[in-house]
This record gives sequence, structure tokens and C-alpha cells, in this order.
Amino acid sequence: MFSVNTDLRKKFNFKKFVPYIFLMPAVMLIMIFLFYPMGSVFYYSLFKYNLAKPYANGFYGLGNFIEIFTKDKVFYKTLWVTIKWVLSTVSVQLIIGLIISNVLNQKLKCRGFFRAATFLPWAVSGIITSMLWSLIYNEHMGLLNTVLLNLGIIEKGVAWTSSIDTIFGAIVVAEIWRGFPFFVIILLASLQNIPESIYESCKVDGAGKLSTFLYITLPHLKQTIIFGTILRGVWEFNNIDVIYAITGGGPANMTTTLSMYMLNQGIRANNFGYAAALTVIVSVILMILIYFYMKVMGYSEEEM
Amino acid sequence: MTKARKILENIFSRHIFLLLTMLFVFMPIYWALVISLKHEKDIMQKPVKLLPDPATWENYQFVWNKTGFSKYFINTIFVSGLSAIVIVIFAVLVAYGLSRFRFKGKKSFMLIFLATQLVPYNMLIIPLFLIYKNMGIIGSLTTLIITYTTVLLPFNSVLMKSFVDGIPIEMEEAAMIDGCNRMGVIFRIVLPILVPGLVAIGSFAFLSSWNEYIFPVMFINNKENFVVSVGLNFMIGQNVLMYGPLAAGSIIALSVPIMIFAYIQKFLVHGLSAGAVKG
Repeated sequence: MFSVNTDLRKKFNFKKFVPYIFLMPAVMLIMIFLFYPMGSVFYYSLFKYNLAKPYANGFYGLGNFIEIFTKDKVFYKTLWVTIKWVLSTVSVQLIIGLIISNVLNQKLKCRGFFRAATFLPWAVSGIITSMLWSLIYNEHMGLLNTVLLNLGIIEKGVAWTSSIDTIFGAIVVAEIWRGFPFFVIILLASLQNIPESIYESCKVDGAGKLSTFLYITLPHLKQTIIFGTILRGVWEFNNIDVIYAITGGGPANMTTTLSMYMLNQGIRANNFGYAAALTVIVSVILMILIYFYMKVMGYSEEEM
Repeated sequence: MTKARKILENIFSRHIFLLLTMLFVFMPIYWALVISLKHEKDIMQKPVKLLPDPATWENYQFVWNKTGFSKYFINTIFVSGLSAIVIVIFAVLVAYGLSRFRFKGKKSFMLIFLATQLVPYNMLIIPLFLIYKNMGIIGSLTTLIITYTTVLLPFNSVLMKSFVDGIPIEMEEAAMIDGCNRMGVIFRIVLPILVPGLVAIGSFAFLSSWNEYIFPVMFINNKENFVVSVGLNFMIGQNVLMYGPLAAGSIIALSVPIMIFAYIQKFLVHGLSAGAVKG
């Protein structure tokens, strides 16, 4: 389509500035409200900038970073919570996504309905997810306790979102509910590109279901899995809707991820400089993680 | 024997997973629906009933009329609608520019757009807060429209580009030979063909804006300008926790994205794999 080179196309090129006019509004917007704020975060990170203690404000060099790495115990705790949070949510979402996308790729009755139904939580926001699951976890009228009590598995209602033993699992399950459709959607799209004939020849050669999956399907999905995992990992790393709404990071910072901590420092404690330094650390960690993940998974640009 | 085993295996491998998924997906929605239809006094009653018996609409009436929820609802429609419109207009411009022209810096431009997918948006909250404060618009709905548009634009532009790429350029060339200028081509040929794409991306942008939570929670502090997500969260913070109205509010807030979703879900598998992916 683009290789056609008519006289007309050359005429288009005369007006060299025209394409830039098309991009102008978007570029302006992104410059002012995306790149400038991002840059300013790096700038603020070198300052002591606390609205609650304005007398101490000023250039601080790497002071914020030194404080974070040497004095801040909460930082290391939130780092650990973040690792647990990202690993548990993303891995389970990926596994469920792999299974369900394979099921939904087969010939089924009412396949359209089942697909749409599976994608459904994708459209639900974090705050609504929190509401729905809070109603399930509720100690007195929650569905979970009701069912477990009726089955005789527990004898007394459990307060799922305030007990320190269950709270982390509770928010992880809620997050998985909202996130697994993402993997189903992208994996299904990728599965549809595998020619049926490959599966047929596998059948002829006597390959079992498991080996077909391991040697045909999985390698084909590799790219999608890599990109899906990165995007979802970054997303879970950043996303705090469910945590913020269900636990607010508590109890005792048990569910405070780095992003949550960053926000709490910036907005609640008005400690902008410190929060900016945390943000810079978050960005650097993300970049390193993405880099290593791509390395480990053997992704190189030529494969694109 | 083997045949029977195969059938059994089939049923287990597919239907068990399907059944579990459906249970998992619908359980929370079902439960919120049940609670929203129960009388307030029945909600806490032991043993907890799995169906609303007797059912009532009073929670919906209460939440809509007595809690300011209708105002939040209208605010959210306004913000999401306006954001969606601006996003669609800007995205069409970007998509057309990228799809139909060759120019210097195009590659790096595409790269920057894709890279914004990896930006931790939470890091924008504090600097944006300061910017809006300096502009004197903190707390207004304008802050949300600006933020949503900026944050959602790159992804939607890339998505829109895949729609524009699908329109054969020959049609435009033919029209230009017949004396149509660039503007005429865009308005008479591209846009009419692009309508499904415009609607899909508009709905998508609307849905994403509707679901935003952290930005409005941080930027909006007066009740007058609350959006649904903030309003619901505010209701939890109240002294008297009313589960019935809260569930009803959640169902109302949920109904809009679900309706939009029903429309765009057929684009999902195609659209989200078109190179850019929303989280």
C-alpha cells in the first residue's frame, strides 16, 4: 500500500509541514502534561520540598535518596510487599489466562457468550472491583463466610480484610479477578493465528494433548507471553486502586506497595521531594526489571 | 472404553474450567446484585440468604436521590464524554498523520507513543497536582478531562492508526484527482468509512475515563465535583456503613461500563493485539 509512488504522493510531500499540523495538538498535550511532569519529578527528587515544613525546603542533592536507602525501613518493607504483589497477581493471571484462552479457542457451544463473559471483569474498574469483593469478604453478610459456614469448613465468620493472615490473599484474589481477562484476550488473539493444520498433523503423528501444548502452542505464544507479562507486571506494579480502596495500605503497611508508599508520602504527608525521589527509584527499578526480563526470555529486536 | 474416557476427559478439561471461570467471574456481581435488592434489615440477618427475599428497589431509590449519587453520575458522564470526544478528535489527527504521510521524525514519534505505555502514571499525580494548583484549576472537572485525555491519547492513537491503515489510500488519491482537497478527502471519504473505528475508540476512551479512580481521588476534593468512583469511596468512609445503597451504587456504576463493553468486546481481541495493549 505504501510502496505505490504516484505523482500525487510526491505532491503530498511538497507540503512538508502538513503532517506536523496533524500531530501538533497531541504532541503539545503530551509535552505539557506528560513529559514536563515526568521531568519535574526528577527535578524535585533533588530537593527537600515539604509543604508541612516549608522552612526546611531547598536543594538537597542526593539527600532524599540517601535517606531512603539508609534510614527508611518502610521503604524496604514496601519493596518486599511489591515483589509479592506483582509476582502473585501476574503469575496467577497468566496461568488462568493460558488455560482459559486455550479452552475458549476450541469449538464450544455458545463460545461467543463464554468469551464475552470471560472478558467482562476487564471492563470493571478497580474501585468497583473493591466494592464487589468487599461485599464477598464481609465478616457478617459476606458470600464467602456464608458458603464456608454452610459447608461446615469454618465454624465462625472470618474477617477476611482485617485479619493479617488473610488480607494479602484477599486483595490478590480481587486483583486477579480484574486482571486475568487481559491475558485471556491477548493470548486468544495470538492463538487464533496458529493454523489448524499444525494441530491436525500433530494428531496424525500421535502427539498427546500435553506435548502439543508444550511444543506447539507455548512456543507460538512466547512473544505474547513476554509482552503481556511485562505490561501487566508494570501495570500491577503501578496500579493501586484495589489496595487503596480495600486496605489503604494497612494494617501496619502490610499491603503498602512502593507505588502506594510514594503516593502516601506525596499526597498525605505532603512530602513532595521525598515522594519524587521514591518515584525516580520506582522508574529505575521498572526499567531494570523490564531489561532483565527481556534478556532472560531471550527477546531480541529481530524477532519482532 | 477409550472413547468414553476421551469424552470424559474432554468434559473435564473444558467444562470444569469453563464452569469455574464463570463462577469466579459472576460471583461478585451476583452477590452485589443480591445485596442491592435486599431490605436493609435483611442484609445482616442470620442465616444469610442467597437470594433477595423479599426484593426491593429502595436501595436504588435511596442511593440515587439521597446521597448526591445522581450528581456524581452526571459529572462522570460529562467528564468521560468530553474526554472521549477530545481523544477521538486528537487520535484521528495523529492516526491520519502517521498513516498517510512520510516525514522526518516519524519513527521516533511512534516510539515515544509506545513508550508512554510503560510510564508509571502514579508518578504524574504529584507534579500534575502542582501544575493544576498553579493554574488554579485544582478540584475542577477540567483537571480530569486534561489528565484522561493526555494519559489515554497515545494508546488510542495507535489503535486508531490501525483503523486508518485499513482504509485503502487509492480512494483518497482518486478523489484528489477529481479535484477534492485534503480537507474534503478527510471529511467526505476517511471519516465516513472510519465511523465504526471512531465509535469503538470513543467507547473505549469513555470506558477508561469512567473507570479512573486515583486521579479523581487525588485532584477532586469538593463534593460538588465528585465522580462516581470517588463518591462510592466517600460513602465507605461515612460513619454509618449502608451496604444496601453501596451495593446499589456499585451496580449502577457498573452498568455503564458493562453496556459499553457489550458493544466493544468484539473489537477487543483484534484491537488489543494490534500492537498496543491497555493494562
